[in-house]
Amino acid sequence: MKLKLISAIGLAALLAACADDQANQGAATGSGDMSGQQQVATGPAPGTEADLVANVGDRVFFGLNQSGLSSDAKTTLDKQADWLAKYPQVAVQLAGNCDDRGTEEFNLALGQRRANAARDYLVAKGTASSRITTISNGKDQPTAAGEGEDVWAQNRNAITSVQ
Amino acid sequence: MMTRLNTEGYLSDGEAEQLASAFSRRALLGSGLAGAAVMATPLSAFAAGSAPAAEITVDKARSEPIPIVIPSFGGTIGNQITSVLTSDLNNTGLFKVISGSPGSGMPDLSSYKSMGARAAVSGAATGEGSVRVEFRLWDVLSQQQIQGTAYSTTAANWRRIAHIIGDVIYQRLLGEKGYFDTRIAFVTRSGSMKQPVMRLAIMDQDGANYRQLSTGQTKLPSFNPVRDQIAFLSYASARPRVMLFDLQSGRQRILGDFSGVPLGPHFSPDGGTIIVPVARGSGSELYSVSVASGAARQITSTGGAINVSPSFSPNGSQIAFTSDRGGSPALYVMSASGGAARRISYGSGNYEETCWSPRGDLIAFTKVGSGGFSLGVMNTDGSGERIMTQGYSVESPTFCPNGRVLAFCSSGGAGSRSSIGTVDITGFHERMIPLSMSAISPTWSPRNV
Repeated sequence: MKLKLISAIGLAALLAACADDQANQGAATGSGDMSGQQQVATGPAPGTEADLVANVGDRVFFGLNQSGLSSDAKTTLDKQADWLAKYPQVAVQLAGNCDDRGTEEFNLALGQRRANAARDYLVAKGTASSRITTISNGKDQPTAAGEGEDVWAQNRNAITSVQ
Repeated sequence: MMTRLNTEGYLSDGEAEQLASAFSRRALLGSGLAGAAVMATPLSAFAAGSAPAAEITVDKARSEPIPIVIPSFGGTIGNQITSVLTSDLNNTGLFKVISGSPGSGMPDLSSYKSMGARAAVSGAATGEGSVRVEFRLWDVLSQQQIQGTAYSTTAANWRRIAHIIGDVIYQRLLGEKGYFDTRIAFVTRSGSMKQPVMRLAIMDQDGANYRQLSTGQTKLPSFNPVRDQIAFLSYASARPRVMLFDLQSGRQRILGDFSGVPLGPHFSPDGGTIIVPVARGSGSELYSVSVASGAARQITSTGGAINVSPSFSPNGSQIAFTSDRGGSPALYVMSASGGAARRISYGSGNYEETCWSPRGDLIAFTKVGSGGFSLGVMNTDGSGERIMTQGYSVESPTFCPNGRVLAFCSSGGAGSRSSIGTVDITGFHERMIPLSMSAISPTWSPRNV
């Protein structure tokens, strides 16, 4: 009980410290606004995951049971390759995902096939393979909830994330 | 006295004793074990004379469940044992349990006969810390005792006695070994949709004694058919690895080192080999891995096709598996050591999973089509396809040890909870196992030892 109380006090102190940091940042940029609006005005820090998502596109999509790259997918991956060339210190993970219209193990193989297809494209465009890891989530980590072709199409993807 | 019953497929008292005393070799050391030791001793028969061999067969029982009288064994534990035993037998659809009047003496078989019963049980449970259960099985028509055994174990272990008695009744009346004293390992799913927490867990085949076994991200477990061991695909630290989990010690170890990404492990019938699909490039090839040494040998070479979900024939010589080498996923059979594969599925839809029956006669599969998932069985040459159950997602078929029942996981819609169900290979008696969490990827244990 005592331990819990102490950690609760510790947590409160930590939260207070964070609030102070935000306040200091706000003061440094000439704004007392702590709501986070400041972020939108300046955009995400270059070379970060948020930058990748907002300005490049972090994912490409696939057809049903397919792993071929569409022209849209290639356009996105071209931009990712350029972005990776600009930030050579960044390492990324490519996660292959599937809709839930397949079984657990087959989808693990299919997700890996998708991740590898995206990786091979980035490598062909000049990204060092040592900067890319891959993983398949199969159908276990859908990004969109629900059923129907619109949802399934969103869940058939390869998502690039900064490691 | 019992000799005429000890014909093909029947269990003598001596065999029953041997079977049950094997249980006593094991103590309750780790989580997920079948339970503490159970001792069995034969009971002498009340009535002398020879009984006729039971002529009831499993196939006949399908259309006519065997009416069997099962009274309470008396007391709290006795009532519980009767309840579990009754559920075990009724859930098969092969028996119709009739409640009877308690008592461990000679039952009134004449009145049971007039009630239409074919068999009757009498029994008594005594003791508290350690419990002794006397059990007798009677042939109502011939008025003979066909089994008499006393079981002793710790009171906490009463469920195993109920399942063991159920298995004796099943074998004595149907001529085949039962599957009540078995467990099912599976993966629980909790956490958020995008960041699920997936854990290895185990339960008795009726859903009791649920236990979580591991704390790491887990996929696709496979029960060793001869030992208390589970192989699974670990996703701990986002690094897929094949792990071997020993139920007795709780220890786990990594199996093999693959140039590529391993997928689900699948045990051979003798427990000595595991086939693992390894993803590399656009495909995944099957590797045969020695459990003892971890040495791996590639057994498919399809240049970029997906080859997954292998399952062994009962003698270990062949495997069935899924491959999209022909364009879309279909079922193939080949030698377990590799070589030419023969396609066996030609229906519409994607055939994505296999589970070869321990009886050898059937291959269970999961088929995905535009209308949803279907779980079915076909002969090993691909003929005689029959669908057992269908749904939004119905997958991961796994046979009970005698091959009469399939467990699977089922989800009614995207994002809804997944449950584990069972269905008889005739397609009847589908039921869901009561569980309070979302569960996928079941794998049936061998008979408890």
